[in-house]
Amino acid sequence: MAEILVFAEHDGEAVKKVTLELVTLARKFGEPAVVWTGSGADAAQSRLAEYGAAKIYVADGAEFDDYVVAPKAELLAELMQQKSPSAVLLASTAEGKEIGGRLAVKTSSGILTDVVGLGDDFVAEQLIFGGAITVTAKVRTGTPIIAVRPNAISPEPASGAATLEPVSPAISDQAKSAKVLERVVQQRGERPELTEASIVVSGGRGVGSAENMALIEQLADSLGAAVGASRAVTDAGWYPHQFQVGQTGKTVSPQLYVAVGISGAIQHRAGMQTSKTIMVVNKDPEAPIFELADYGVVGDLFKVVPQLVEEIEKRTN
Amino acid sequence: MNIVVCVKQVPDTWSERTLKASDSTLDRDAADAVPNELDEYAIEEGLRIAEAHQGGVTIFSMGPPRAAETIRKALSMGADQAVHLVDDALAGSDVLGTSAAMAHVLGRIGYDLIILGSESTDARTGVIPAMLAEHLGIPQLSYASKVDIDGSKITIHRQADYGYDRIEATLPAVVSVVEKINEPRYPSFKGIMAAKKKPVQTWSLADVELDPSQVGLANAGCEVVSFEKRPPRQAGTVVSDDGDGGTKAAEYLASRKFI
Ligand SMILES: Cc1cc2nc3c(=O)[nH]c(=O)nc-3n(C[C@H](O)[C@H](O)[C@H](O)COP(=O)(O)OP(=O)(O)OC[C@H]3O[C@@H](n4cnc5c(N)ncnc54)[C@H](O)[C@@H]3O)c2cc1C
Ligand SMILES: Nc1ncnc2c1ncn2[C@@H]1O[C@H](COP(=O)(O)O)[C@@H](O)[C@H]1O
Repeated sequence: MAEILVFAEHDGEAVKKVTLELVTLARKFGEPAVVWTGSGADAAQSRLAEYGAAKIYVADGAEFDDYVVAPKAELLAELMQQKSPSAVLLASTAEGKEIGGRLAVKTSSGILTDVVGLGDDFVAEQLIFGGAITVTAKVRTGTPIIAVRPNAISPEPASGAATLEPVSPAISDQAKSAKVLERVVQQRGERPELTEASIVVSGGRGVGSAENMALIEQLADSLGAAVGASRAVTDAGWYPHQFQVGQTGKTVSPQLYVAVGISGAIQHRAGMQTSKTIMVVNKDPEAPIFELADYGVVGDLFKVVPQLVEEIEKRTN
Repeated sequence: MNIVVCVKQVPDTWSERTLKASDSTLDRDAADAVPNELDEYAIEEGLRIAEAHQGGVTIFSMGPPRAAETIRKALSMGADQAVHLVDDALAGSDVLGTSAAMAHVLGRIGYDLIILGSESTDARTGVIPAMLAEHLGIPQLSYASKVDIDGSKITIHRQADYGYDRIEATLPAVVSVVEKINEPRYPSFKGIMAAKKKPVQTWSLADVELDPSQVGLANAGCEVVSFEKRPPRQAGTVVSDDGDGGTKAAEYLASRKFI
């Protein structure tokens, strides 16, 4: 059976959920072979085995961390040549797509991004224009390179050997031209990552100030959720830009999206309207966001949200 | 310093966007066309760098004749000149074809710095900057929220989920920008008048000796098999807060097993 290369996203210790989703998906088409760059493969091995990974190619070099994107694409290109996989799967995150794009150029292969499902012959389902249209598409040149949106596939356990196979590709000097001097962590904490989270709680202009975003964080923490924001909030400097949801921010598709004090402009909807369940708190019954709501509360968020947090805490303790 | 800013004309998000039934490509006539918003930030950054480092800004766009409007807007913001690659054979190009054609033309124009938006609002692939860096064999400095140039050294803040990375490279390089980088200027009346006289070169594939077998719908790396409009979401329950809105919301979340 041919291999399917799955490029792993991880934080140096734990493998990200999206990679387990990709391994689950890969099993339908062949032998999932995970590609791991940097350290942490030993620690992640058992988890990858639980989801059916057959192998893990481990490229444990510092260059993958020290330089932007290009070394990872070089590694994948070399593995593609050696292993002739029938497809390469990556997460449709900013970096996953960039790696895929470079790999597509190197191998003259077609690339599909923002994929939410994959059928026979790698026919992919994509949602475009903010989820308004479903497209099915397929790669017709080279080896399919497919970037799959986090949260689109549910990870299902299956047993795999997850054998560790060290690989040591020679990375060219050209791939080492954009050097990482420093990684600046601005927001640490226990919260899940925005695009990976099963629940996202977002605040909009209605929240009123940077200090009041604490209310959104409290609600998020009571649900184990990630925090998001509308552009009105990031523009005002109330919350960092990397948390912006929408057309010029992140696209999220969680199980539950809670929009608080957000009107639902089309550019915001473009980033969240494929969420499975949507809850809204807004004082204006005419706000367009209610068109998307599975459950909406018309009311003042400063009354509704604290009560909601209290009630959740009561129920979960 | 020779700065090239790549701009794309896209359908306005506010108008209904759709695909053509005939060949499943973007129906550009159905929607109003505007410059891709992030590209205005790219133009602004190019102009600021040019002002600080005695440079010139060339706008490059690949797209149908109508993209000339977008090019004029970029010139009215203050760019010096433009190159417009127009050819029917380019229609329906995917990212492989687009990046190959762009890289080829950029090679003809010549550059010290290439600036793009980090993502377009229609395709939303966000892969063109990385693919250009790959084609041209120069550093990829994408998702920049800050750019500093000192001689031939360029340093950026690359936006990340956890904050940002500080990245260093040597020019020439490809930079793509995020919204937080600057506040794009509005074209002044003087700028709009001046733009009418600025040189725009319109090139076809033959003009740049680009092989048509690399581009266009027929040579794309991917094909659309089918498409359909998604049904609108089913209407949900909306309640008014009569002092128990939070409690009711919690009950709903419990009924759906979220808590
Ligand atoms: C090219 C382009 C790209 C864009 N990209 C994005 C993007 O990526 N993401 C994005 O979000 N936006 C984006 N926008 C902006 C978008 O058009 C809207 O301006 C923005 O989403 C509005 O944010 P908001 O809903 O928080 O604010 P508003 O539209 O001002 O809505 C605030 C809402 O809060 C409610 N409210 C106020 N006070 C309370 C209270 N006490 N209790 C309850 N409710 C209250 C109000 O009723 C109102 O509905 C983009 C715009 C353009 C032109
Ligand atoms: N046809 C084009 N002509 C000029 N620039 C383009 C074109 N397509 C994409 N770009 C640039 O590439 C960026 C990213 O686009 P994309 O990868 O398509 O999301 C855009 O913001 C533009 O700066």
